[in-house]
Amino acid sequence: MKTMLIRPKFLNLTKIHFPVAAVVSIVHRISGVLLSVSLPVLIYLFGLTIRDEHGYTIVVGLIDSIPGKLTLVFLLWNLAHHFLAGIRFLLIDLDIGISKTTAARGAWLVHFGAAGLALLALGLLL
Amino acid sequence: MTSAASLGLKAWLVQRLTAVYLAVFVLFAAIKFIWLPPQDYSQWIAWVAHPFINAALALFILSLLLHAWIGLRDVIMDYVKSAAVRAGLFAMLILLLSGCGLWSLRLLLKVAA
Repeated sequence: MKTMLIRPKFLNLTKIHFPVAAVVSIVHRISGVLLSVSLPVLIYLFGLTIRDEHGYTIVVGLIDSIPGKLTLVFLLWNLAHHFLAGIRFLLIDLDIGISKTTAARGAWLVHFGAAGLALLALGLLL
Repeated sequence: MTSAASLGLKAWLVQRLTAVYLAVFVLFAAIKFIWLPPQDYSQWIAWVAHPFINAALALFILSLLLHAWIGLRDVIMDYVKSAAVRAGLFAMLILLLSGCGLWSLRLLLKVAA
């Protein structure tokens, strides 16, 4: 009887086809973790900006540097994706956009919208 | 109700309520920084010290930490099977997040005072 309980498993992640909505879901997770990890650094930098004029100038200088700008754009990309995917999930909770085609369209919109906002941020910062 | 199921439902609801506030504030802050970015230290301090902004920021931090707690807790529950490791990670996470919360609230109070 015991052999009957063994179900076939196929969890080779490189061979499974991921629908676009699944990619939005996993990126929502990854971006959430990355944003959480960056939180202590951001609080520290915020503390510097309000400490005194000198601290404020240091942080402005960091944001003005090329590595600083690229880091900021990467974080904003994470934020934009997390934000747009989050709105998509909230709409799905309200039963909006749950048909197969609109769900996939919304998922593509999240990816392209986030990339577009990141490029916009890059353009504004550079 | 204090069953495990009702606790899960509560977390689900808190995750969505905080999400709505976080989204509204992020949108507000993005518009402010694109339209009227602070030009110097005094303008920046004046903005953060404004009672409305200061309170909105404090609420933002609280929502953010609750949101991060539920999100990271879900991630840990999905990938960490051992109950002991899970409990250890939860404890560490609570400590780190409350630390972040107290730290940033102290910073906000310093500006407001």
